[in-house]
Amino acid sequence: MASDVRERVISLIAERMDVDPDQITDDTHFVNDLQSDSLDMAELVIDLEEEFDLSISDEEAQKIETVGQAIKHIEESQQ
Amino acid sequence: MSTLQGKTALVTGASRGIGRAIALRLARDGANIAGLDIKDDLLEETGALVREQGVEFLPITADVTDFDNMKAAVGQFTEAFDSLDIMVNNAGITRDNLLIRMSDEDWRAVISVNLTGVFNGIKAVARPMMRQRSGRIVNIASVVGMVGNAGQANYSASKGGVIALTKTAARELAGRGINVNAVAPGFIRTAMTDELSEEARESALGQIPFARFGEAQDVAAAVAFLAGPDSSYLTGQVIRVDGGMVM
Ligand SMILES: NC(=O)c1ccc[n+]([C@@H]2O[C@H](COP(=O)([O-])OP(=O)(O)OC[C@H]3O[C@@H](n4cnc5c(N)ncnc54)[C@H](O)[C@@H]3O)[C@@H](O)[C@H]2O)c1
Repeated sequence: MASDVRERVISLIAERMDVDPDQITDDTHFVNDLQSDSLDMAELVIDLEEEFDLSISDEEAQKIETVGQAIKHIEESQQ
Repeated sequence: MSTLQGKTALVTGASRGIGRAIALRLARDGANIAGLDIKDDLLEETGALVREQGVEFLPITADVTDFDNMKAAVGQFTEAFDSLDIMVNNAGITRDNLLIRMSDEDWRAVISVNLTGVFNGIKAVARPMMRQRSGRIVNIASVVGMVGNAGQANYSASKGGVIALTKTAARELAGRGINVNAVAPGFIRTAMTDELSEEARESALGQIPFARFGEAQDVAAAVAFLAGPDSSYLTGQVIRVDGGMVM
């Protein structure tokens, strides 16, 4: 289950940001490494919400800076 | 002539009036059209005229005040067509009365169709257009939204809101190659202005340098320009089509 979340998150980010999934690790930083802007982040949050059928508040979304944090957030809210 | 060949457009309020004229004009310029309206009885009439131009027509029955409706409408659209190039937020209503006599219901109804409807429309098409990294959004405002009009507190506020919303959306979406502009008609000959009293009509004509009402096609021509290749460097702008009423 956990690795499934990881795979789905990474493939979603890879597609959205147009990068090779192999280049993405837990430490990949959305702004610094993927050059995401605020609109990219807003879209990513909506994508994650739709993919995992959950709702991420703006406050929570603001705390997500790295891929690892995104995966952790989803795993925790699925428990 | 076929400046919009291969493009696709979603037009709200397309059953009649200005919306129908916009659908026809974009079709004449080569775009496939989806016509959306809350009332579907006249939509097929628009559809027949659009198809005469040799393009496809998809009728969609939806209420612009309901975001889920609009989201579903965009879903229908993207299923039928490969891209979503042009969105025209045209649906609108009036419920005129003097401010002190205006009911809460009339205030809300007009804000909800004319302003929230445009917000819903933009929000529904923004993501597919962002993914494409291109798109044109044209909102139909009114000169009344710039200068006010006695008896139209609800309507003028909604249209002023549309102008501000157009500018904000233009700023937010520019980075994704999406242009957002507005057309502000003055008095146009449609069912909406047929309701005017003789007195109101006379007073309106007195404010128009061209001393006549415009035609729906005049508005459609400005929309076609904003939807087409010649306006790629315009965003956040309001084009007035009003016979010189507001300068
Ligand atoms: N006629 C004018 O002089 C004039 C002037 C300035 C601006 N405008 C604007 O132009 C636009 C079109 O006006 P028109 O004169 O063609 O009006 P119209 O009443 O002839 O057409 C409006 C269309 O919008 C549809 N509509 C209404 N509520 C809707 C909803 N909730 N969801 C979906 N569709 C809905 C109606 O069914 C109708 O087909 C409006 O936004 C209007 O405010 C008109």
